[in-house]
Amino acid sequence: MNSLHSRYQRQIILPEIGLSGQEKLSASKVLVIGAGGLGCPILQYLTAAGIGTIGIVDFDIVDTSNLHRQILYGTSSLGKNKAVAAKERLIDLNPEITITTYTERLTTKNAISIFLEYDIIVDGTDNFSTRYLINDACVITKKPLVYGAIFKFEGQVSVFNYQNGPSYRCLFPEPPKAGSVPSCAEIGVLGVLPGIIGSMQANEVLKIILGLDTILSGKLFTYDCLTTRSSNFGINRVETEISKVLETSSHFKTIDYDLFCGIQKITEITPKEAFLIKNVQFIDVRDPHEQPKIDSLHPIYIPLGKLKEKVNTITKEKEIILFCQSGIRSKKAVEILLQEGFKNVSHIQGGAVALHENISNLTGLLKYD
Amino acid sequence: MQLTIKYFGLLAEVTATTEELLETETCSVFELVKTLKNQYPKLGDTNFKIAVDQQLIDLNYIIETNAEIALLPPFAGG
Repeated sequence: MNSLHSRYQRQIILPEIGLSGQEKLSASKVLVIGAGGLGCPILQYLTAAGIGTIGIVDFDIVDTSNLHRQILYGTSSLGKNKAVAAKERLIDLNPEITITTYTERLTTKNAISIFLEYDIIVDGTDNFSTRYLINDACVITKKPLVYGAIFKFEGQVSVFNYQNGPSYRCLFPEPPKAGSVPSCAEIGVLGVLPGIIGSMQANEVLKIILGLDTILSGKLFTYDCLTTRSSNFGINRVETEISKVLETSSHFKTIDYDLFCGIQKITEITPKEAFLIKNVQFIDVRDPHEQPKIDSLHPIYIPLGKLKEKVNTITKEKEIILFCQSGIRSKKAVEILLQEGFKNVSHIQGGAVALHENISNLTGLLKYD
Repeated sequence: MQLTIKYFGLLAEVTATTEELLETETCSVFELVKTLKNQYPKLGDTNFKIAVDQQLIDLNYIIETNAEIALLPPFAGG
């Protein structure tokens, strides 16, 4: 028995897989979007099972607050791009497969051309705007979509766009009002939950490739990890929803999914611009332990999770500039303040890391009025 | 007839319950949603789909017998 066979021996001996099944896994190409809480277990199991080609899309960087659930990363991954850090771990897990990283944000401009390179698309993202974009690009490119999403202690799993089955829009035609469904960053998440839901997504991917006839298409699986209650709900395909998406295929690249989801445009400024603005209140939305502190800007400290409850303590007399470690959480913080009626709000590109790098050149620009 | 209403995700927080019983006459799903929104005004700000006996249905569906109703909101987290 050669090394390939010994690596996969425990799954090859399953009659449902066998050598022919292993060859199907090895010939398949799977794209995982989001290498976060869901993406990590998905990637880990797909890599271990010997999927021949795996694509990873993630523009975000690894932060300490990710480590309790994003199990591919360790402290040595901090500050690295997630797709790159995930690949480092995964090629050690299985050097026999090909892993391609996409470190840019998934947009209407790049989605179609990336999706065409793969057989199955897996959604491990964390926002509605990207989820609708992924669904629509899957409908247009005719790719099956393995969906998973979580809220606090509950998760949802389904397979969309599989052999004329329903799509995500057949389940939820319209996105909820922006900001009405809080994110994990705002309300928290137990690390194990994305582990369970992501593992179920990986399981559906393997079943699709192996041609097993029990795919979770036309069904929404829900799981509550507190009560261990699970349910399956039937979903019907809605032809009008599918046609609406197909009609957009000629101008897909010009669609603004943030606008569709009611997300207001976020103003992003460079560290240098931040130092030049007058009458400004800086807010550091990181957790108290995070370094480096940017004392020269005299920020007030309100971690993202506390922003809503402390919103009344923030002045509306000054321009508000938010920053976090890298610019991801501060973007969410801008969204929250815009929803709370603040007008003059922006955040700093690259966050405290970028500020710290530039600080010696910039402190001379500081104005105290 | 008696309906069992199950609330998922954010809706369980809005209604402060995961499950309750509701005594009602034959009604459409649309009418049921209206009743629930009267009882829990904050439901009006949320987005959800309705399943009757584990099957997602549209608002015109008429509920005629004892059934299990589920209110399913979309989740975004990952």
